[in-house]
Amino acid sequence: MAVSKFEVPELKGYTVIPLVRMDAAAGIKSFPANAPIQEAIGFPGELPENWQEIAIAKMGELLGKYRSLQVFMDACVHCGACTDKCHYYIGTADPKNMPVARQDLMRRVYRRYFTFAGKYFPQLVGAKDLTRDVLDEWYQYYYQCSECRRCSVYCPYGIDTAEITMAGREILDSVGLGQKYTNEILGKVHRIGNNLGLPGPALMDTLSGLEEDVEADTGVAVKFPIDVKGAEVLLITPSADFFSEPHVESLIGYAKVFHAAGISWTLSSMASEAGNFGMFIGSYDQLKKVALRIRQAALELGVKRIVVGECGHAWRVAYSFWNTLIGVGAGGQDEYARMLQKQLDSNYPQPAHICEVTYDLLQRGAIRVDKEANDHRIITFHDSCNVARGSGMGGIPGGQFIIPREIIKSVANHFYDMAPETIREGTYCCGGGGGLLTDDLMELRVKGAQPRMDALQAVVENHGVNFMATICAICKAQFTKVVPYYGFEMGMIGGVHQLVSSAIILDPNK
Amino acid sequence: MALEVNGKTYETDEEGYLINLGDWDEDIAKVLAVEEKIDMTENHWEVINFLREYYNDFQIAPAVRVLTKAIGKKLGPEKGSSKYLYELFPYGPAKQACKIAGLPKPTGCI
Repeated sequence: MAVSKFEVPELKGYTVIPLVRMDAAAGIKSFPANAPIQEAIGFPGELPENWQEIAIAKMGELLGKYRSLQVFMDACVHCGACTDKCHYYIGTADPKNMPVARQDLMRRVYRRYFTFAGKYFPQLVGAKDLTRDVLDEWYQYYYQCSECRRCSVYCPYGIDTAEITMAGREILDSVGLGQKYTNEILGKVHRIGNNLGLPGPALMDTLSGLEEDVEADTGVAVKFPIDVKGAEVLLITPSADFFSEPHVESLIGYAKVFHAAGISWTLSSMASEAGNFGMFIGSYDQLKKVALRIRQAALELGVKRIVVGECGHAWRVAYSFWNTLIGVGAGGQDEYARMLQKQLDSNYPQPAHICEVTYDLLQRGAIRVDKEANDHRIITFHDSCNVARGSGMGGIPGGQFIIPREIIKSVANHFYDMAPETIREGTYCCGGGGGLLTDDLMELRVKGAQPRMDALQAVVENHGVNFMATICAICKAQFTKVVPYYGFEMGMIGGVHQLVSSAIILDPNK
Repeated sequence: MALEVNGKTYETDEEGYLINLGDWDEDIAKVLAVEEKIDMTENHWEVINFLREYYNDFQIAPAVRVLTKAIGKKLGPEKGSSKYLYELFPYGPAKQACKIAGLPKPTGCI
């Protein structure tokens, strides 16, 4: 078991809502970004003298721009339905990690500056001045939210805490208070093309190594093409798929699927990242700038289809926002968006998730599998929050829940779901999403994983589960790191296409 | 933050990674290893040296697959696995070994 400087929650196999412990997570804070990191992506390097004025003006701008935010500020009746729904509250017991309390950090400031009662009778309505202490508290607790939106499922008014967190982070960035992890990565994407900072030559070296490995393993020359003009499919995948275990196993799976189905495909060194951390900090400008790399690559390579690999929030951005951001799907109005819309083949969903592609090929018998190849695995599936609650798949209600499970059941014989209240739209975050997958938040990450670990423990005990599949690079990295704290093996975490990779038949004569 | 080695002070970031890659030498690596509670053996040095060579060529640490393959070639196939690398560097070969090798921390969804 991993050594920790904090108390690791004890698993019971089901979720217990803890008694409140004031300030239990007050010592947990991620590193703020330094001035060069902030300035590289267009934010102030330090807190300006008139920061309060700037922050309140930014808040006013966001309230005008996003009607949802205005509604969320006004609509809460403090019914308490959300209080026990956040994995970080369950894991830390800090009441400020209750979604309503997280929202109220902003709501009380909103009341002070944007409502009649709050302007004139602040004490009567719980309104509060935006002081430096309040600002610091925002930084602390808006970076203890993974924007997973589980609480919003249970809110009778549909208040989405993630949007409030995003607004909070955007206001913080506007006064120079950014987070090192997220903002450093955004700078790398603009400079190098991906979150990891893998330059083109390293990427090509890694891919040619994978070709050697797969051929040595299977005897079949499966290719990992990059920057191939005229390929049918452009695959956009998280850069962790090139770099890490178990992520790379899924990348091998995608390559085998394209190979076996005879689909020509390519990666791009210009758009070597699916993840879009612009969403994490609520910055539309960053979101767009990151996404534009993908449009540029698609236009230059002349591809007909864009497929997204196993990456949770990337799929939310692709599914929900790429249409207006860059013109993948209808909605983008500028010249290049229209050009891309014309170029892409309308016989296919644009964009498509790799799971949709594989599922379709399996359904049509265009790829074949040997299910017994996964017989050593007893599998469960963790729904990733952004896929579960921010997207769809296959054009059918709940497709994002059905399709990955149907793939698993097509390529393996042993599959068991975790407890119903912990999966599908009620899924718990892995504990590392939304810009919190950083080592300085390890305590929060371990504690926030507790509800998922409890549900996992139950299927391990009842069914002997030894593999938890997921379709998100963050989930894979987070679980690999935290499951040892709970006594599980890191090797039990993997991707859906890792399972496909084990079972797919590459030799057409077999 | 700063690191003191042989009476000289070297700048590090919040997480203890060296700021100036050019500062690195074996003495600094030894001090960093002590902080990480790693008892450096010859095999640890093989990994550190490979990381530095690869970084020199590609300006990034090698992907885990690239690293395991290279180590397998140097130390024998049974050691060419990420499991073995985790035995050497329990906090993860990418992050912990990079720190000792004086390289920047790999970032992203890893």
